[in-house]
Amino acid sequence: MTTPLSDFEHVKAASRFLRGGIAEGLADPVTGAIGEDDGKLLKFHGSYQQDDRDLRDERRRQKLEPAYSFMLRARLPGGVVTPAQWLVFDCIAREHANGTLRITTRQTFQWHGIIKRKLKPTIAAIHHALATTIAACGDVVRNVVSTANPVESPAHAITYAWAAKLSEDLAPKTRAYHEIWLDGEQLVGQHAADRPEAEPLYGATYLPRKFKIGLAIPPLNDVDVFAQDLGLIAIIEQGELQGFNVAVGGGMGATHNDATTYPRLADVIGFVTPGQLYAVAETAVAVQRDWGNRSERKHARLKYTLDHRGLDAFVAELQSRLGFALQPPRPFRFDHNGDRYGWIEGHDGRWHLTLHIESGRLADVGERRALTGLRELALVHTGDFRLTCNQNLIVANVEAADRARIDAIVEAHGLDGYRRQSAIRRHAVACVALPTCGLAMAESERYLPALLPKLEAALERHGLADAPILLRLSGCPNGCSRPYLGEIALVGRGPGRYDLRLGADFSGQRLNQVYRENVDEAAILEALDPLFARYAAGRTQGEGFGDFLLRTGILAPVSPRRIPATVVA
Amino acid sequence: MNAAVAPELPATTLDAAKVAQLAQLTEGLTPAELYWVAAWSAAKAAQAQRAGASARPAVGAEPSQRLTIVYGSQTGNAKRLAEQLARRSSDAGLPVRLLRADAYPQRELAQERYLAVVISTQGEGEPPDDARGFVEFIAGKRAPKLPSLQFGVLGLGDSSYPQFCAIGRQLDARLAELGGTRFASLGEADVDIETIATPWLDTALERAREGLKTATPVARVTPLHAVSKQAAHSREQPFAATVLANQRIVARDSERDVRHIELSLEGSGLHYQPGDALGVWPRNPPALVAQWLEALQLDGEREVAHQGRTLSLARWLGAEREITQLSRPFVKTLAELGKHADLLDLLRPEQSARLAALLTRDQPIDLLRRYPVRWQPEALLAALRPLTPRLYSIASSPKAVGEEVHLTVAVVDYEAHGSAHWGAASTFLAAADEDGRVPVFIESNERFRLPADPARDIIMIGPGTGVAPFRAFVQERQESGATGRNWLFFGNRHFAQDFLYQTEWQDALKRGALHRLDLAFSRDDVRDVARESALSKSPHTDVRDVARESALSKSPHTDVRDVARESHKIYVQDRLRENGAELYAWLEGGAHLYVCGDSAHMAKDVHAALIELAAAHGGLSPDDAKAWLDDLLQQGRYARDVY
Repeated sequence: MTTPLSDFEHVKAASRFLRGGIAEGLADPVTGAIGEDDGKLLKFHGSYQQDDRDLRDERRRQKLEPAYSFMLRARLPGGVVTPAQWLVFDCIAREHANGTLRITTRQTFQWHGIIKRKLKPTIAAIHHALATTIAACGDVVRNVVSTANPVESPAHAITYAWAAKLSEDLAPKTRAYHEIWLDGEQLVGQHAADRPEAEPLYGATYLPRKFKIGLAIPPLNDVDVFAQDLGLIAIIEQGELQGFNVAVGGGMGATHNDATTYPRLADVIGFVTPGQLYAVAETAVAVQRDWGNRSERKHARLKYTLDHRGLDAFVAELQSRLGFALQPPRPFRFDHNGDRYGWIEGHDGRWHLTLHIESGRLADVGERRALTGLRELALVHTGDFRLTCNQNLIVANVEAADRARIDAIVEAHGLDGYRRQSAIRRHAVACVALPTCGLAMAESERYLPALLPKLEAALERHGLADAPILLRLSGCPNGCSRPYLGEIALVGRGPGRYDLRLGADFSGQRLNQVYRENVDEAAILEALDPLFARYAAGRTQGEGFGDFLLRTGILAPVSPRRIPATVVA
Repeated sequence: MNAAVAPELPATTLDAAKVAQLAQLTEGLTPAELYWVAAWSAAKAAQAQRAGASARPAVGAEPSQRLTIVYGSQTGNAKRLAEQLARRSSDAGLPVRLLRADAYPQRELAQERYLAVVISTQGEGEPPDDARGFVEFIAGKRAPKLPSLQFGVLGLGDSSYPQFCAIGRQLDARLAELGGTRFASLGEADVDIETIATPWLDTALERAREGLKTATPVARVTPLHAVSKQAAHSREQPFAATVLANQRIVARDSERDVRHIELSLEGSGLHYQPGDALGVWPRNPPALVAQWLEALQLDGEREVAHQGRTLSLARWLGAEREITQLSRPFVKTLAELGKHADLLDLLRPEQSARLAALLTRDQPIDLLRRYPVRWQPEALLAALRPLTPRLYSIASSPKAVGEEVHLTVAVVDYEAHGSAHWGAASTFLAAADEDGRVPVFIESNERFRLPADPARDIIMIGPGTGVAPFRAFVQERQESGATGRNWLFFGNRHFAQDFLYQTEWQDALKRGALHRLDLAFSRDDVRDVARESALSKSPHTDVRDVARESALSKSPHTDVRDVARESHKIYVQDRLRENGAELYAWLEGGAHLYVCGDSAHMAKDVHAALIELAAAHGGLSPDDAKAWLDDLLQQGRYARDVY
């Protein structure tokens, strides 16, 4: 490649397997921050340096540095959390973070507002709870997600086991994590200190960009499998897991006003047996490691590699390295990409309760004491908890006899909103955005509670109170809330201004399109109202809002964008 | 060290032509330039004297013919009064010399004939830093017999402390014991200094004139630093400085309010150096005046005559009288007026500690409410001290900020006895609008100066708003290209909220204007201790137990956390100890050490820590370590600006 490497490639190369100057930066008492390059390396350890953007200007005038703190993200494959872990995570939220737990769209927990000197004890506490934060962020394989709601329990268990294995085995092998956060301590031995340090898969510069893997069990596409770099669709026949359809090249991130960046859905390229799965995943990562763009980070995701080199070339390279060909994809069908609220009985007579958690934020606010309620649950629950990619929560594996007790706790803490909330509220997803996210251009999570009543009122007026419409809010175009798969999506452009996007389907298989660009709330509501009217009048039985808009020609189908060859070296 | 000048010309041997020439040469010079000419002439004369005894001019004053004024001053009040006495003596034609106590040549004491001492007492009966040697010498065995000495001592103190004016009393008694005769009896000035000081100075001047009237009037000019102080504006004639900025510099959730105030000195003719203080004449908080009028059941519009002036009562209370600080005389008047037995009891000498506690804890408004009395306005004004200016260590260097002066002001504003309480000057400054005016003057502090040698290292210990002069020091050293290293110790409650001038220190570290910065945040590290306990259990502990325990430990009956809090607070003195070896090495390498801030606890704890680290790292016995530190004080390498 003739184009020079991006600056961060040099930082990674010089970082001695992700050490950099993190330890020194943590020890510097003069600032609550760490150095800029170290901040980027820190992501590999599961943390983003942030600051309270509400206070930034005020503190500048006060001759104080920004109110720096750290977002810490756990890596919880498949979103499974034991009650014992939950209690530790809850304790961290209360004592080291801002008093909240945040369920992310990648099925894990985030803590916000951890100040620098609390970072190390917090990571150590997570480690002691037999969880980790390494590779929750960074240019590596991130938390591997899998369908949370156990419909076919035996297959679900196997799929989850695969998620856990991929997450664990594809994690970085550097000892830097133990060295920096755990004083070299090892709780579960994986890297003996006397072995020479190496990253057999990643090498010294890791991947060009993040790499997301998700496993879906049809008919639920709750993980949005086509938004993953590597999406795996479980094929279950007669209750037996046969293997996985493999989809590659999904990704949500884009940049405003840059046509060379775009959201893309993954392409299904074949079928593999469970025995082939690990090799396929590892090799797909390796090809992206070698082929991905290391000069321009905004073109570094696998989706651009595929569009630049050609999907066929990628598949050929993959099969060549594997030494075997993928089988033709098997048929599958997704019903929807949301969660199934309320109690569901599993095959073994155990019960699973899905609760709606608005924006995934567990906090105690007034009557709604979600954080405390979940702690109370964790103290009595004998099963486990599942976080979903829609920021919700499943109290899983409950004995039938325990249901009443669980329900009582749920109700007492205002966690039973799923019973009566409007459909659009139950299908809303919002990213964190302001004040902590450094990328946010507009409000998202904080705006949702103000926006929802207005949409609800409009839908009510048109007799659409029960219409389940996927609503996704994002403070920026990077797409943590997978906004490009929302039937209605707002993507932040600036304070109070959004792109209004419409037309995705209800199962995560069609991207939406811009309907109004850079508009404020009044314009958004004004644009939606007549569409709601037409939808109410003309929808067919069970027809989704996005499907309706396309069927009736209100929106024209758009062909997927592809990166022009000229912009990728 | 300082100036004492005679504006009236003495007889001279110069002929008329020379006088005319001099007049021509000096025409149009500013006062400052004229003082420089005087200093230059004095230096020439001194040179000529050294060159040969025969050249000694007839105007040289013999010890017997002159008044020597010695001062020991911590906050500048004693110095100001001593200067005032010197100026008035000179104006009266008396030969006079003015010396800071540590510049007093001890061997000359035996020859001294007229000696006036103005000296303050610190905290619990300590002399000011610049007078330690002087006080020790006079108290010690080596002090000469002084049968022909006429002397007068003016002590300054604060009657809320048990050891009120102890140093003044001690010197007065000892000089008499050595054979001296008082030309003025001991003056003991309280916080309302002028009440006692003004008559004492009048008496001292009168007696000195009587004693020295036969002597030839002579000017002795030793103007060094003080020349610039002869500006148009002074304590008595403050400059109305325009407020350029009034910025809170602690975070919104800080427990305290601290302001960075920038004032313009443009056109004032005022000059200052890093280390100096700015005097501020405050107005009392209008809300407090309203509280007083309500508690007194008096009309603020009512005109009241007192000490020859007639003003409205509200004006007297708002602008002329001290109403935020309690004094003994006020308590006494109140007790007698209302015949309050418990207050009367408190005034007995045995109860001085309890009285002192009351005087520090409460404000006059609290007593007015607690002990209602029908006050006559005139009696009230007589019982109250005149309002005095407050001194703030200057937080800027003119080299960096030009004709501005910056202050770091902790706003005193708290709830007590169920109502709001305020500090006078800090509330006044905090309420100052940009473009508003604040009456100010410069109070120079020669004891708190950067080393003359720019290659010397300096160590600055300034927790809280004590950091103010060090902002000035670092600016000055940066602007003047000083090559010595600068090491700052700063402390406060919380890192995130109370790190005063954080971004400036970060910049200074990056630029190399500050070489080391050690920090102590007393309330942060505490919390760590309490919180780690819940999360740092061994992996084998059942986390459910921990969670239950953690929930339980929030109960009011468990105070394990409070215990942890008490014992793990980290202060600057702890950082001094941690860095003891290096600190000692810096000091042994000639570094100058500065302490600014709270005198009640911090300065003492720092002092003790310094003695400890000298013992630990210099291998000194406790006594030798003390002597080592005293020596640093004597050398002027350990300077304190504490309050």
